Amino acid sequence: MSAAIVGAIVEMDDAGFIIGSYVLTFATVGLFAWRTLRRGRRLAEQVPDEEKYWL
Amino acid sequence: MTTTDLDAGTPARTSAPRGTGTRATRVLGIATVVAMAWLVAFGLGFSPADRDQEESVRILYVHVPTIWIAYLAFVVTAISSGCYLFGRKKSLGFDRVAGASAEIGVVFMAVTLIVGALWGRLTWGVFWQWDARLTTTALLFVTYIGYLAVRRLGGSHHQRAKRSAVLGLLAVLEIPLVHWSVRLWRSLHQEATVLRTDGDISMDGLMLFSLFVGVIAFTLLYVWLLLHRSRTMFLEDLIEDRGLDQALAARRAEAEEVRP
Amino acid sequence: MSRWRVALLVARKDLAIEWRSRVVLDQVLPFAGVTMVLFAFALDSDAVLERVAPGLVWLAVLFSLLVLVQRAFAVEAADGALDALRVAGVDPMSIYWGKGLSLALQLLVLEALLLAAAVVLYGAEVPAEGVVLLVTTSITATPGLAAVGTLYGGLAAGFTGRETLLPLLVLPAVAPVLIGATRAVESALGTAGAATSDGWPWVGLLTVFAVAFGVGGSLAFGPLIDE
Repeated sequence: MSAAIVGAIVEMDDAGFIIGSYVLTFATVGLFAWRTLRRGRRLAEQVPDEEKYWL
Repeated sequence: MTTTDLDAGTPARTSAPRGTGTRATRVLGIATVVAMAWLVAFGLGFSPADRDQEESVRILYVHVPTIWIAYLAFVVTAISSGCYLFGRKKSLGFDRVAGASAEIGVVFMAVTLIVGALWGRLTWGVFWQWDARLTTTALLFVTYIGYLAVRRLGGSHHQRAKRSAVLGLLAVLEIPLVHWSVRLWRSLHQEATVLRTDGDISMDGLMLFSLFVGVIAFTLLYVWLLLHRSRTMFLEDLIEDRGLDQALAARRAEAEEVRP
Repeated sequence: MSRWRVALLVARKDLAIEWRSRVVLDQVLPFAGVTMVLFAFALDSDAVLERVAPGLVWLAVLFSLLVLVQRAFAVEAADGALDALRVAGVDPMSIYWGKGLSLALQLLVLEALLLAAAVVLYGAEVPAEGVVLLVTTSITATPGLAAVGTLYGGLAAGFTGRETLLPLLVLPAVAPVLIGATRAVESALGTAGAATSDGWPWVGLLTVFAVAFGVGGSLAFGPLIDE
């Protein structure tokens, strides 16, 4: 199984690498952004608005 | 803190949950998404293939901006640490910006290292090269992971701020030393390399423009992330501060409910 | 009392503790020794071992540095001794210099012994013209290692999870010392035909590193341990 994956990576053609790197970049950064937003939403509920300096 | 908040038990439930966003960040977020779409269109579509690197040059349109943001983030961390340490007000805001920026920097650097390895496989034929830039980046990555670990050590907010500010400045001392030593190491031990193109290419107008779009898009993203993350950190600090108070209040409220 | 005198007293206290407890002698040295033996198992070739002997010596020094730093601050944290020193009005810079000095002396002894082990186990040879370079390398690399180790050891001391935090902070920071000291010792030993004169730029690097972290650490140690 893992050998097949490694083999697929080694044999992957240029397009795979290129699109893969775009997908990887956006997925990682997107995940980080989403988690930050969600955590912010959850925590913001517990704090009254007048304490939020950005509002 | 007002007493009414505590009495209410769950203070801000009444107002709509608005998270860490404002109108400004929403506009910024939309601009970021639009710029990213442009980046994909130009990077994968409109821009031409390079003469030497052929299609693999397209990776550079995300790779270069991510590394640029990573370094920018660490510079911001250092400046912000300095502002905290040497500022007269000892404002925790600077500390949160430093922490948020370092976190973003670590994420971007992780992406950079992986994408760089993919690009290296296409261009050099190997995932990794013991090149000065690469090695410095990898060591820096670990250094800032250490910085984030130190931020989580605990203690009061000002203890954390002071500790991490000092560490943030020490990391800046480390960068030139690491880079210099690795450069010297590589220049004395030149090894036969596979398919050497050095990564330096002459870019034509459209390619430069694509790169420019990438830098803009990721810089917008960085600012957006920095705003949200430092606000979230503010909330984390605030909730930690009143965590004990609130837990007591909740217990008291429970006791009230049981006893009608 | 001047800073230096206090620093010397702190160093003497640390060394006295080490001398009496014999932890370094009974535990750290054997640890370093077994690392050297394990390297030989991993590499399993006399020619390779001779080629990489300088690097292995310094790698063993780095690992031992981590153990020594843990030890140096475990002694302090145990009875709140570090706090007691601070309450007694001892200048943090003196504590830093004192602990750094004692760490540096222990490291120097360790380096000499590990180098001897490399000669015995790995068949490394020390040519006469390389001795000066060898000694200079040791003398310039050690303060840098001690400066970084003491600085981050003080930071991590007293926290849970310091055992795992310390290597994370120290190892990337001392990477330049590993590179520089290894190349310099390779030149001193003439490993793989390296010329002795090639080693001196590395000594320069080690000196700059030691000065940079010596100064940086002296300034940073106070704020880092001051709670």
